[in-house]
Amino acid sequence: MSDALPQVPANEPILRVEDLKVHFPVTKGIIIQRQVATVKAVDGVSFTIRRGETLGLVGESGSGKSTTGLAVLRMLTPTAGRIVFEGQDIAHHDGAELLEVRRRMQMVYQDPYGSLNPRMTIRTIVGEPLAVHGLDADRKATRDKIAELIASVGLLPDMADRYPHEFSGGQRQRIGIARALALEPSLLIADEPVSALDVSIQAQVINLFMDLQERLGLTYLFIAHDLAVVRHISTRIAVMYLGRLVEIADRDELYQNPLHPYTEALMAAVPVADPEVEAKRPRTVISGEVPSALRPPPGCAFHTRCPRVMARCKTEQPQLREVAPGRAVSCHLHSN
Amino acid sequence: MTSPLLEVKGLTTRFRTERGTVTAVDDVSFHVDPGETLAIVGESGSGKSVTALSVLRLIPNPPGQIERGEILFDGEDLLKLDDPGIREVRGNKIAMIFQEPMSSLNPALTVGLQVAEPINVHRGTAWTKAYEAATELIGRVRIADAASRLNSYPHQYSGGMRQRVMIAMALACAPRLIIADEPTTALDVTVQAQILDLLKELTRETGSSLILITHDLGVVARYADRVAVMYGGRIVEVAPARELYARPKHPYTSGLMASVPRLDGGGRRRLMPIEGQPPDLASLPAGCSFGPRCRAILDQCRAARPELVQVGDRHSKACFADV
Ligand SMILES: Nc1ncnc2c1ncn2[C@@H]1O[C@H](COP(=O)(O)OP(=O)(O)OP(=O)(O)O)[C@@H](O)[C@H]1O
Ligand SMILES: Nc1ncnc2c1ncn2[C@@H]1O[C@H](COP(=O)(O)OP(=O)(O)O)[C@@H](O)[C@H]1O
Ligand code: SF4
Ligand code: SF4
Ligand SMILES: [Mg+2]
Ligand SMILES: [Mg+2]
Repeated sequence: MSDALPQVPANEPILRVEDLKVHFPVTKGIIIQRQVATVKAVDGVSFTIRRGETLGLVGESGSGKSTTGLAVLRMLTPTAGRIVFEGQDIAHHDGAELLEVRRRMQMVYQDPYGSLNPRMTIRTIVGEPLAVHGLDADRKATRDKIAELIASVGLLPDMADRYPHEFSGGQRQRIGIARALALEPSLLIADEPVSALDVSIQAQVINLFMDLQERLGLTYLFIAHDLAVVRHISTRIAVMYLGRLVEIADRDELYQNPLHPYTEALMAAVPVADPEVEAKRPRTVISGEVPSALRPPPGCAFHTRCPRVMARCKTEQPQLREVAPGRAVSCHLHSN
Repeated sequence: MTSPLLEVKGLTTRFRTERGTVTAVDDVSFHVDPGETLAIVGESGSGKSVTALSVLRLIPNPPGQIERGEILFDGEDLLKLDDPGIREVRGNKIAMIFQEPMSSLNPALTVGLQVAEPINVHRGTAWTKAYEAATELIGRVRIADAASRLNSYPHQYSGGMRQRVMIAMALACAPRLIIADEPTTALDVTVQAQILDLLKELTRETGSSLILITHDLGVVARYADRVAVMYGGRIVEVAPARELYARPKHPYTSGLMASVPRLDGGGRRRLMPIEGQPPDLASLPAGCSFGPRCRAILDQCRAARPELVQVGDRHSKACFADV
């Protein structure tokens, strides 16, 4: 369909994030703003995504998932670190360079209600990225392209001239996906794309994501807090806690043999939709809630809730360490 | 056989909206036994909250109205009570916990005052005693350092702690029934597990019954004894939890089961979504509301509406097909 794309062979890293940091200043005062603190929303995150795979990014509220996604998309400028996308460090791109990157990397949002302009028809919404990038000069070709996009997400052609309010949540999410696909990106970042949908509709959209990936060879960074959904859709999964990656592993490895105590706690907390299985599952519920990102605990940030905390955990921050190919964990239990 | 604590018969609740009259709850019947946890599951708009609010007669009127039915609590019809009578029931015999604790807490009053108030009102306990009881309750819902936390305001609490306060308030008068409407939807999973475990443990201790409203089939599997599945304002299937998951008999229920990814699931298996969308209550199809999405649809489904009938031991469904 397209011309002269930068070619990345299969299984090559399409995205490599190295020691990414995104810090936000916290200010006080109305007229004269003083910085009184720093929120380290993302504080030293590294991961790789290979072409055609889906990396799931999970973690509780405030762990830094969305901030990571926004930084990769360069909707935010990172405080530090490298974001190597299709061979180029884009961490400090701007202007035309950034516009070019955005052709290749697109976002699907959580809120199927808020993310679509209510005054635009579906045709305008889906075609907007083409217009922004000046790719809509040929009107007939643009029309055909939009029709193709609308069909590819399972919507009917006659829906193109209707407005967002006439659509259900699941349909709006399809529209958001069609728009994200307009520029034929290679990487799609989806931030909680099915969280707002009813279960029966969730399944439709999850299947759509998987079908499109197969058909178009897309790569996904799939951000969600629902671990069952993430296990279903991902090939690998990264777990975040208070701005840091605690573990990254292949999907099944992570669920069957979690190495980090937080990963284990997260798995135990999620109920399995089967009463027989639930009755037999060992139940360890960790106490407490995620501490404020303004004042993360010293040492291992999880130590205030960790059932296996040791003396050194309270002062010494564990580093993410590769324990097997493609498998890394950040915990003193696994640092020799 | 024990007689049910709550028995709802033919409950019908309507709302007058711009788009016409909407029957949010349509001829719904179910019961709750003493000490049991009944889950009500269904997608958004299926009528779960309206059912709960109807039981406590908290439907805003206008636009809403309970049109028909009986709500027998301990044999007494709540729909026949006068205003002081139903107020006596609320909080005292039946307590409700909502999804968003912040909206049910007064931001201007300390937590201690709000927990002590119902004890003072319903039990006629003196304020100092009520305050002592509140301290104990806050401890029971595992808020550390209860005595000093009572002087804090709701915004100084985390989401999980606020929901604990709601549970403390619900427990204050030792209700026989607690209705929890999506109590953990806004919380993180580790906190969700803490809160639901706590609720379950406390109801077990006190022998009270629990109606747990949720859309999460995992939560149902872990916490419910029996399950009622709602669709388009009606209960389409009721069964003990294990029975329902092992042998769902209504096409909507089996559709739901096939469409949720499982944490322990074999990975990238294809989900079987239910095609189409949940019904618009303002323009329901004739016959079975699930008809337009049903793979098993028969001719008769388009003509008549299936009633909820018993199909097994404690198992009922509203469907013409023999699945
Ligand atoms: N623009 C900002 N200014 C200041 N702090 C911010 C900003 N954006 C995010 N944060 C903070 O950074 C941390 C991480 O936020 P982020 O939105 O990435 O979390 P998340 O993992 O996506 O959470 P959720 O599951 O709730 O979506 C939080 O503590 C948040 O309050
Ligand atoms: N105050 C109200 N006014 C008008 N319609 C209402 C009101 N409350 C609920 N409804 C309608 O009743 C139906 C069932 O709602 P509800 O019980 O809240 O669903 P849920 O199963 O998500 O809890 C919906 O169609 C909803 O729009
Ligand atoms: S480093 Fe220590 S506190 Fe942190 S997860 Fe490992 S064992 Fe627990
Ligand atoms: S009554 Fe008919 S349409 Fe309704 S669920 Fe049963 S088979 Fe399907
Ligand atoms: Mg987020
Ligand atoms: Mg509701």
